[in-house]
Amino acid sequence: MQGYYPLFTALPLAMAFLNLLVSKLSKKVSDYFAFLVMAVLAGMSIKMLFVQPFTYQVGGWAPPWGILLVSDGLSSMILAVINIIGLLSMVFSISYMNTYTAKPKYYTLFLLMVAGMNGVVITGDFFNMYVFLEIASIASYALVGFGCEREELEASFKYLILGGVASTAVLFGIAFLYSMTGTLNMPDVAHQLEFMEMNRAIAFVLAMFIMGFGLKASTVPFHAWLPDAHPSAPAPISAMLSGVLIKALGVYAIARVMFHVFGPNDMISAIMMFLGALSMLVGVIMAVGQSDFKRMLAYHSISQMGYVTIGLGLGLNPNVSPAIAAFGLLGGLFHLANHAVFKSCLFLSSGSFEFRTGTRNKFEMGGLIRRMPVTSATCSIASLSISGVPPFNGFWSKLIIIAAFIQAALYSQGDSKVWFMIYGIIAVFVAFMTLISFVRLQKSVIFGKLPERFASLREAPFSMVVPLIILAALCLGIGIAYPFIHDTLLEAAKDALLDKVSYVNLLIGS
Amino acid sequence: MNRDIDKEIHNEAHGMTSIVKTVARFLMGIIFIFGAYIILYGHLTPGGGFAGGIILACGYILLTMSFGKEIGLRKLTDNWASILDNTGALLFLVIGLLGFTAGSFFLNFLGKGNIFDLFSAGTIPLNNIAIGIKVLASVFAVFIALSIFGRVVSDYVEDEEV
Repeated sequence: MQGYYPLFTALPLAMAFLNLLVSKLSKKVSDYFAFLVMAVLAGMSIKMLFVQPFTYQVGGWAPPWGILLVSDGLSSMILAVINIIGLLSMVFSISYMNTYTAKPKYYTLFLLMVAGMNGVVITGDFFNMYVFLEIASIASYALVGFGCEREELEASFKYLILGGVASTAVLFGIAFLYSMTGTLNMPDVAHQLEFMEMNRAIAFVLAMFIMGFGLKASTVPFHAWLPDAHPSAPAPISAMLSGVLIKALGVYAIARVMFHVFGPNDMISAIMMFLGALSMLVGVIMAVGQSDFKRMLAYHSISQMGYVTIGLGLGLNPNVSPAIAAFGLLGGLFHLANHAVFKSCLFLSSGSFEFRTGTRNKFEMGGLIRRMPVTSATCSIASLSISGVPPFNGFWSKLIIIAAFIQAALYSQGDSKVWFMIYGIIAVFVAFMTLISFVRLQKSVIFGKLPERFASLREAPFSMVVPLIILAALCLGIGIAYPFIHDTLLEAAKDALLDKVSYVNLLIGS
Repeated sequence: MNRDIDKEIHNEAHGMTSIVKTVARFLMGIIFIFGAYIILYGHLTPGGGFAGGIILACGYILLTMSFGKEIGLRKLTDNWASILDNTGALLFLVIGLLGFTAGSFFLNFLGKGNIFDLFSAGTIPLNNIAIGIKVLASVFAVFIALSIFGRVVSDYVEDEEV
């Protein structure tokens, strides 16, 4: 398995370009090609969960000079999330994308986006990370505008400009780090920074990274692109953007850089917790009043990513006891995986409803459980899951985050005590608001009176229903099998993130 | 250089004046040779696949701008630009994947040869050629997409017919 680690980016890249060549001869095969490569990637990523941490030297060059690929608990977990959600979105696309033209081009962009996200996750080199970040972002700009309608192009252009600003900020930060340390290898940068005091240059780099990666993760002051971009994209792409892209490019990158390169730090922790709390509140308040189904889900993405950010922020705090910090971090990581599952399920079911009814306005729908029972059931399960109703998966991760903040408030001294309590209360309040918002959604879409014109609707096609069922089963399964998941996946990811020393030692070890 | 280009020189119907066309025809060969030189000597002198590919693409852009889009697209159609674009990217990746045969992704598995020889440095000249093809085709494709195509892109129409 170790020798084939670069295939996580090489395989989708190869298929992306091959796909366009083959599609000149026959249009039919690109479905199978794209499905096949995503199935292989998903299988490989599941296998990676059971592999011990290792490093891979690209081209056989030793670490400080060559590009280092790193595999540990965290990257395995995120790879599994990316590739499994990717596979399910791909299966959903096979029928859904028949309503668009140029399907082979869609698959090419999709695979490029997956290649970029996998690249960001596996790399241990700053510049390599930037390049893959750009590959994934540029593919997603094109995918957001794939419908080429007025509204979609406007959203795509807005996303392009803001995403470009974010990428520039990241590159600027990397350039500053390079000028300070003379290396781009992430373990090596971490090693060099250990001998430096906090100075203005480092603070500037931190600000650039929080802005750049924060914009990709759509934390609140940088969230303006998301509510336009996610609804405009085709439904499987909304699921990928909201379920995976903002996590792989934003949260994963920020976690890797902050935990492993800069190390736990009071200031970053305070900033991330504040941004997280702000995202939770603003996102959910904006979401309540939306009438567009997908736009409401997009605002909820902002709000739910706030939970992840706030959990990571607590994990970065050096002043609370290590056990509580680790608990908060674990909650954040668990919520990241859960959000990928239930939010992609919600976006795919919204796509399924749109495919049959032709509208995204939730007040024009109603009573759909009588006509589309499977889609309605999966949508309902995912709604309960995002609102944090036991025994679904969202309940556990929210519970852990809230419990971690209350514990932090009880067992720490000084001013921060009050802040932890406020953040805990905000988390509870936002969970409540989310529940209200999704109960309203179910009332107006799934239950209620069936409008006259939808009387002859049929259930969505088979290839659209299967991913929905799998995702709904995952929502329930992860919730019930929580103790097992906690002991295997989450502990490994959390330990990998907290263990800065062994990350720096990768430099010597390999 | 080429018979149908010669015929177009005094044709005022499309393209610029015959002064521009004559100079462009004279420069074209030099530009292409220089681009190929930059690509092939990329591992020895400054430049390489990207810079050389841009120069080659500029040759085609000069042709299109001075002689009009009919001649430009006759020399390199948008379909072939797309094929070359994908082929260049695939070639680069295949060279990287061939490194697996010797043990590692992107391993330079060919003989390195003597320093400052044209045939030296293992896979690097091959990588330069692949990048050159890719950049030539994609820069030209971007140019024709921005300048020539109107609302209807050629293979968009193809798709609707299917």
